[in-house]
Amino acid sequence: MDVEILARIQFAFTIAFHYIYPPLSIGIGLIMVITEGLYLKTGNKHYEVLTRFWLKIFAITFGIGVATGIIMEFEFGTNWAVYSRYVGDIFGSALAAEGLFAFGLESTFLGVLLFGWNRVSPRVHFISTIGVFLGSMFSAVWIVVANSWQQTPAGYHIVGEGFNARAEVTDFWQMVFNPSSVDRIIHVWQGAFLAGAFLVLSVHAYYLLKGRYVAISKKGFKIALLVATIVSFSQLLSGHSSADGVAKNQPAKLAALEGHYDKSAPADLYLFGWVDNETQKVTGLGIPGGLSFLVHQDFKAPITGLNAFPKDEQPSQVNAVFQFYHIMISIGMFLIALTLYASYLWWRGKLFDKRWLLQIFAFSVILPQIANQVGWFAAEMGRQPWIVYGHLKTSEGFSQEVSANQILFSLILFMVVYSFLLLLFLYSMNKKIKSGPYNEAINPLEIN
Amino acid sequence: MQELETFLGIDYPTLWYLVVGLLFSGYAILEGFDYGAGAWHLFFKKDLSRRIAINAIGPLWDANQVWLVIGGGALFAGFPVMYATMLSAMYIPFMLFLMLLVLRSSAIKFRSSEKMLWWRKTWDIIYFISNTLIAFLLGVVLGNVLEGFELHDNFSYKGGVFFSFLSPYAIMVGFTTLSIFMTQGAIFLLLKTEGRLHARLTFLLKKGMIFFLISFSITSLYTLIFVPGVTDKFKETPIFFILPLLSFLSVANIPRLISKKKYGFALIFSSLTMAFLLMLVAFQLYPVLLPSTVSSSFSVTIYNAASSQKSLGIMLTIVAIGAPLLAGYFVFLYKTFNGKVKLDDTSY
Repeated sequence: MDVEILARIQFAFTIAFHYIYPPLSIGIGLIMVITEGLYLKTGNKHYEVLTRFWLKIFAITFGIGVATGIIMEFEFGTNWAVYSRYVGDIFGSALAAEGLFAFGLESTFLGVLLFGWNRVSPRVHFISTIGVFLGSMFSAVWIVVANSWQQTPAGYHIVGEGFNARAEVTDFWQMVFNPSSVDRIIHVWQGAFLAGAFLVLSVHAYYLLKGRYVAISKKGFKIALLVATIVSFSQLLSGHSSADGVAKNQPAKLAALEGHYDKSAPADLYLFGWVDNETQKVTGLGIPGGLSFLVHQDFKAPITGLNAFPKDEQPSQVNAVFQFYHIMISIGMFLIALTLYASYLWWRGKLFDKRWLLQIFAFSVILPQIANQVGWFAAEMGRQPWIVYGHLKTSEGFSQEVSANQILFSLILFMVVYSFLLLLFLYSMNKKIKSGPYNEAINPLEIN
Repeated sequence: MQELETFLGIDYPTLWYLVVGLLFSGYAILEGFDYGAGAWHLFFKKDLSRRIAINAIGPLWDANQVWLVIGGGALFAGFPVMYATMLSAMYIPFMLFLMLLVLRSSAIKFRSSEKMLWWRKTWDIIYFISNTLIAFLLGVVLGNVLEGFELHDNFSYKGGVFFSFLSPYAIMVGFTTLSIFMTQGAIFLLLKTEGRLHARLTFLLKKGMIFFLISFSITSLYTLIFVPGVTDKFKETPIFFILPLLSFLSVANIPRLISKKKYGFALIFSSLTMAFLLMLVAFQLYPVLLPSTVSSSFSVTIYNAASSQKSLGIMLTIVAIGAPLLAGYFVFLYKTFNGKVKLDDTSY
C-alpha cells in the first residue's frame, strides 16, 4: 500500500478510536453537573451517590480521551507535514487556544474533582465539576473550529506558491466563526450530550431491570431522559441547519450525501438506499424532490449534482458517504421517537412499568456512539478529495519524508495498543457498573 | 524580508521562541518529576510503597501533562515548519513516545484497580519501562536536534528513517535527561512521602545524583570536543558563561538542602538546574530551531519557520490572557494537594 492510503487509515483509525471517549466525557460531565447541583440544592444523598458513581466512570473515559488525544495533536506533524505547514498559521492558533483555555481548565480541575472530595468544600468541588465540564465543552469548540475551517475556509489568504504556499490568517474572528463552525459545534456538543445521556440511561435501565439501586436509578434515569429528550429533538434542528450550510458552501458534499449526480435537477431525499457509482443511480426509498424542498422549500428546485464537478474534485466513495449519512439520520429519528415515547410514559406516571422499554434503553447506549462515528465519517469523506476544501488535496498533504514501512509499523503498534486499551476500558466499565454506585453488602439500609 | 513587528523591542518570532522555551521548560520540570518518579518505580520493593509513589503524582500528572499539550500546540501554531519537519523526520521516536504515554497513563489508572498480585506487578513493569523510555527518548530527540538533521532545500529531510535517531551523542543526551529527571523525581517523592519509603529514597537520590553527574560530564565533554562551533556563541557574548555556572551551582546546592531536609527548596534547585540547562541549549541554538547538517542556509530558524506576524500577534494575545488563568489553576491545584500522600478511597 502507498503512503497516502496508510496515513489515511492510521488517521481514521486513531481519530475514530479517540472519538469514542471525549463525547462520553462531555455528556457524563453534563449529567454530573446536574446531579451535583441537585445534591447541593436539596442535600439528598441519592444525588451525591449518583455524582460519585458517574465520576468514577467519567475518570476512565476522560483518561483514555486525553491519552488518545495527545496522539492526535502530534499526528498532524508526523504524518501530515505538508498539511501542517500549510494550515499551521490558522489551525495552530485554534489548537493553542484549545490547550490554554480548555485543556488547562479541565485537566487542572480534574485532580480536584477526582481526589478532592475530602480536601475541599462541597461548593468548591461543585465549581471544579463545572470547570471540568466547561473545559471539555471548550475543547470541542476549538477542535471543531479547526475542522470547520478545513470544510469552509474563511478569514485567510494564500501566500506563496508551490511548496511554500500556505494559508495565513487575515481575520481571526472570521476564521473562528467560519460559515460552518457554529452549526457544527452545536451539532457535536449535542451528539456528545446524547452519548453521555444514553450511557446513563442504559446503566440505570440495567439496574432497574435487575431490581438493584432502584431509588437512585429512577432519579438518574429521569435526569438523563430529560436531557436525552430535549437534545434528540434539538439535534434534528442543528442537523438541518448544518445541512443547509453544506448545501450553500459544499455543494459536492451535499450531492454525495444524497447520491445526486445530475448537474442540475431536482434532488430526492432518501430514507435508505444504495448508490451505484457506475450507473449513477440510487436504488431505495425516498421522497422525490425532497432534498430540493429541504434546501429551497420547492420540490422542483434544481440542486447541483456531482457531475457538475470535475472527476478529480468529486468524493470517490459516494455510496459510503451516503450510507454513513443515512445511518446517522435513521438513528437520530429513532432516538427522537424513543425518548418522546418514554417521556410520554413519564408524564402518565408509567415510565418504569414496561420492561421491554427498559431493555431497549439498556442496549441503546451504542446508538449515539454509532451516530457520532458515522456522522464524522460522512463529514470527512464527503469533503474528499480535499483536505482543505478547494485549496489543498489530501493526496498533497501527507509527510513526504515518512515511508510506508514506518507507517505500517506505527499502525500495527496502534492497533495492538488500542485493542488492549479498548479491552481494558470495557472490562473496567463492566466492573464498575456491576459493583454499582455503593456497596450493598456494607451499607444496605442507609440508601435505597 | 518584511518588516517584523516588535513588542518591547523584541520581534514576534523571538517572543514566541521564549514562549515555547518557557512551555518546554515547564513541561520538563513538572513532568520531569512525574517521569522521574516513575523511573524509580521498580526500586521500591513493597506493593504499598509503589502505590504511594503513584499517588504522589496522582492528582497532579494530568495537569502537568497540559504543558506538553500546550507546548506542542505552541510549536505547531508559532513555528509550523519546525513542528512538521521535526515530527515527520523523527517519526519512529515520536511514535514510540506517544505509545509509551498511552501505556503510562493506563498503568496509573489501572494498576491498583485490581487486587491480584500479577496484575499489579505487570502494570508496575509497564509503568517503570514507559517512564524510563519516555525520559530517555525526550533526551534522544533533543540530542538529534543539537546534532542537526540532514535537511536539504525546502526543509526536505533525507536522513535515515528507522534507527538512525540512535546516534551515540543522542544516546548520551538521552541518559543525561533520564538522570536529571530521576534526580527531580526522587526529590519530589522525598517531599511527598514518609517512613521507610522516605529513607529508601534518601539513599536512592544519592545514586541518582551520581548517575546525573557522570552522564552530564561525559555529554558536556563530548559536546565541547566533537560538536563544532559550540563555544563560538560564548566568545561573542561571554556574559552567557553565567548559564553553565548557574546550573553547576544549583546542582551543588541540592545535597546540602537534602541533608537539612529542605526538600521543597531542593526541588526548586533541581528545577532551576533544568531551566538553566535548557536556557543554555536555547541560547546555543538561537535563532536556529533545527540546524541542517548539509548547509546552514537550509536550517530551520525562528524566522523561516514562523507563522505570519498577524497570527503571532493573535497568539501572543491568547497567551497573555490564558497564562495568568492557567497559573491560577495551578496554584489552586498544588495548594489543595500540598503535603504528604494519604491514601483514601479515591486514590489510584
